[in-house]
Amino acid sequence: MRIVVKPEVCTGCETCIDSCPYTAIVMKEGKAFITEYCQLCRACLGVCPEGAIIEVTEESDLKPSQVAQPSEYKGVWVFAEQRYGKVAGVALELLGIGRRLADDRSVELSAVLFGSTESEARELIKWGADRVYHCKDPIFDRFNDEPYCELLSLLITEHKPEIVLAGATPVGRSFFPRVAARLRTGLTADCTSLLIDQETGNLLQVRPAFGGNIMATIVCPNTRPQMATVRPRVMKKGEYREDRKGEIIHVEARGLHSHTKVIDSVREVSEVSVNLQEAEVIVSGGRGLGDQKGFKLLEELAEILGGAIGASRAAVDEGWIPYSHQVGQTGKTVCPKIYIACGISGAVQHLVGMQSSDIIIAINKNPEAPIFNVANYGIIGDVYEVLPLLIKKLRSLKGQQ
Amino acid sequence: MDIVVCIKQVPDTAEVRINPETNTLIREGVPSIINPYDMHAIEAGLRIRETVGGKVTVITMGPPQAESALRDAISMGADDVILITDKAFAGSDTLATSYTLSKAINKLGAHIILCGKQAIDGDTAQVGPEIAEFLGIPHISYVKRIEDIRADYIKVHRLMEEGYDIVESTLPVLLTVVKELNEPRLPSLKGKMAAKKAEIKRWKASDLEADPDRLGLKGSPTWVKNIFAPEVKKDRKILQGSIEEQVDALIAELRRFGCV
Amino acid sequence: MDYFLTEEQLMIRDLTRQIAEEKVIPVRAELDEKEEFPWEIMKVLAQSDLFGLFIPEEYGGLGKGCLELCIAVEELSRACLGVSTSYAANALGTYPILLFGSDDQKKRYLPDIAAGKRLVAFGLTEANAGSDAGGIQTTARLEGNEYVLNGTKQWITNGGEAEIYTIIAITDRAKGARGASAFIVEKGTPGFTFGKKEKKMGIRASVTRELIFDNCRIPKDNILGREGMGFIVAMKTLDNSRTGVGAQGVGVAQGAFEEAVKFSRQRVQFGHPIISFQAVQHMLADMATEIEAARSLVYSVARYIDSGAKDISKESAMAKVFATDVAMKVTTDAVQIMGGSGYMREYPVEKMMRDAKILQIYEGTNQIQRNVIGQAIIKEAARGK
Repeated sequence: MRIVVKPEVCTGCETCIDSCPYTAIVMKEGKAFITEYCQLCRACLGVCPEGAIIEVTEESDLKPSQVAQPSEYKGVWVFAEQRYGKVAGVALELLGIGRRLADDRSVELSAVLFGSTESEARELIKWGADRVYHCKDPIFDRFNDEPYCELLSLLITEHKPEIVLAGATPVGRSFFPRVAARLRTGLTADCTSLLIDQETGNLLQVRPAFGGNIMATIVCPNTRPQMATVRPRVMKKGEYREDRKGEIIHVEARGLHSHTKVIDSVREVSEVSVNLQEAEVIVSGGRGLGDQKGFKLLEELAEILGGAIGASRAAVDEGWIPYSHQVGQTGKTVCPKIYIACGISGAVQHLVGMQSSDIIIAINKNPEAPIFNVANYGIIGDVYEVLPLLIKKLRSLKGQQ
Repeated sequence: MDIVVCIKQVPDTAEVRINPETNTLIREGVPSIINPYDMHAIEAGLRIRETVGGKVTVITMGPPQAESALRDAISMGADDVILITDKAFAGSDTLATSYTLSKAINKLGAHIILCGKQAIDGDTAQVGPEIAEFLGIPHISYVKRIEDIRADYIKVHRLMEEGYDIVESTLPVLLTVVKELNEPRLPSLKGKMAAKKAEIKRWKASDLEADPDRLGLKGSPTWVKNIFAPEVKKDRKILQGSIEEQVDALIAELRRFGCV
Repeated sequence: MDYFLTEEQLMIRDLTRQIAEEKVIPVRAELDEKEEFPWEIMKVLAQSDLFGLFIPEEYGGLGKGCLELCIAVEELSRACLGVSTSYAANALGTYPILLFGSDDQKKRYLPDIAAGKRLVAFGLTEANAGSDAGGIQTTARLEGNEYVLNGTKQWITNGGEAEIYTIIAITDRAKGARGASAFIVEKGTPGFTFGKKEKKMGIRASVTRELIFDNCRIPKDNILGREGMGFIVAMKTLDNSRTGVGAQGVGVAQGAFEEAVKFSRQRVQFGHPIISFQAVQHMLADMATEIEAARSLVYSVARYIDSGAKDISKESAMAKVFATDVAMKVTTDAVQIMGGSGYMREYPVEKMMRDAKILQIYEGTNQIQRNVIGQAIIKEAARGK
């Protein structure tokens, strides 16, 4: 494939020049020209007001799929991550989305559980799995990339599912790429939405890129399985049914070995991050607070509302508050009932971490701040004027009760 | 010890905005930087060299402009750098990228390979583990501390969801590193001068003994179908009146949702 | 203004500016408040090769000259004069070895200094010998293969933190000014101790201590040059370092000026940013002009020194006196423009003003500098130059 400019259509308006992340578009004799720096990222397609930039298929693009015939592959799998024997919340979210995808494709939904117990395996069925591949071998008690990769690859090769999902957690993001590389198939990281393309039956994998500044839809049309990791706390859990029936298939750990060894696991759960991800109310501060002291006000408000403290990257970078409070692309993804953004302008990298909150309240001096685009309620005003008043009024309300 | 650090030149995403009308990135004036996580990988490489001796080679796969990232690596103290660049690599997804890099590393030979945990433009975190798989060596992700390193042994702390694991491995090994690992050094003057003069080695596809079908677009199972701007909510409401009236209105809403 | 710096000089400027902005500015208020020596920053400067800037390549340095050193000092001073003083005092202490050390002494000390492994301090001032260097009372007596030092040096920058000290002491009181000699003394030598850390008005990130010599025995070989050359060593050292003090003045003035401009664009009074008022504009205009004049003079003198000029006393004194008087005036005006905010520790300009005062005092007060210039004028006039 190549991307070219049709010179007879190009008007030389230069609109496309800045769209290229690799500065591969140059002006040549009054027309746009795509140089050899082109990385085929497609960012320029659709920018041209005249439609002069097009994709050209070349003969070499028409290749047979080297790895697998898609039709042989059936069923949706989710990898159910366990921590200290208990199935992680993200596994239940995967069963939620996995169930939908399986129903769309009219296929079965299976879960893969390494380590943990039979009763946990049964829980997975109640959360939506038709089948659970369970290996109880103690080698899986602690996470280790090589045996995890080895056994999952074997199971996939043997049973040929069309879709395999894992949580975009330190575990999923570490060993899933190895599996994909071994199977020589595609893997899409950190998806925030998954759906089936009704026309082709392919999995449409939506994920943020460029720090959340854009969303991209990724497909993996010619190889199977289609693999994706899914961002925790984005998908809804499936329906829990006590009476759901399913099958547990016990799997033996066959000749697994590992160069790496986990000597010890140290639990270091930060109160803050737990609070942040489970809080119903989050009061969050950004650069607009001006300094560290602003967070004192936020704390007062959070205390009244029974909420936790969040922050934008800008505030964390300024050193006003520890990283564990950071919300956004490079911090935590949160989904509280109420998110109060104080002095946060709303860079996209922040928005991706909080925009699925039920109610978003924004307080900002600048009426043009992008945070108001996602806010349900916006107050245009100085945080230092608004917050003390809000705190005072809430206090007196509480006093009355 | 032969140390290879894989880096990527990325746009500073903090500066990237999207044009909502055309759904494209506004790249004007956005500086190119070494992926911040890769800076920690370079620093880790230099510190390992300072502890056990050896040679630090920094490699990157990318367009010819990525040369400036390699010059920055020299100015920090890298012994050698290689730019892996060829039209044949265009359109590579993570699988094709890691295959290509693994071929380059094969050619170089390495006891320890260091990558940043992810690149800030793609955020996939896949290339490191995939390289390790292609090389048939172990990897440890999210390394936040290197406790011990010897000729054939390494012991590290790996960041996990609820704390960290202490993991040991034989060498060769690939590590992906997080910011907590170290603070990258600033360049030195001697380094900057050397970087200015340095001739940057370039490897093409034909230098790698790679299967041409596994490179670039052809070797990439995933495709970008389309890109679009993140959705924005439509039911927004800017409260009106004086600050006091707005605060009152807000409290009324908060009460409606049972939060007060 | 474009000073036609070479690519390497621009590289030095950019790197020191990066260090100043990323490593110094975030901690300068804390260093000032806690009166803490900036070891972390010294390590960064060492790693970036900046201690080797003016040391010849054969001794592990970069072989650059006075102008390059001034550029680096200016950039650090723009962020924090306390930090730049610690850095510049290292150069001050190194000059005696650089200018008068034997090849052996240079080989022994310069590589470590260039690598920033060992910090240096210069010890001239005493309780009764400040502007009047002739009042030195510290003595060095030759006994066999050793000199025995006795006496106390006062207000020595980097005292206690430095490992290498270049000291001026009297070897023959009868010879007056020709009876002084210069020595290298290493920290840890028996009989060499430090007094308490002084509490200062400004440059509080730098340390100032007494050096106490009580029958301190050093090898005979540690003398710099010959016996009796002490005053020449001191004067030549100061001739070379003074321009750097001028560069400190340019830097701190530039830093204060930038803060004042930023503030006056933000601060609104009578419905307008105060920068729109002519009273403020005229102050800023004078500040900008004086800074540029000072920089031009400092760079020109630095280039003159780098050209290999022999007699540089007058020119370096001019650079020092002019640039540091500008620094005092500009930092004071910056506080004035910023008013109450400028006076508060929340903003950096009050610190800059406190810091700037030392520049008119140390390495020869500005009154002494005028004496130096005056004497040169008399000499020139007598020679009919």
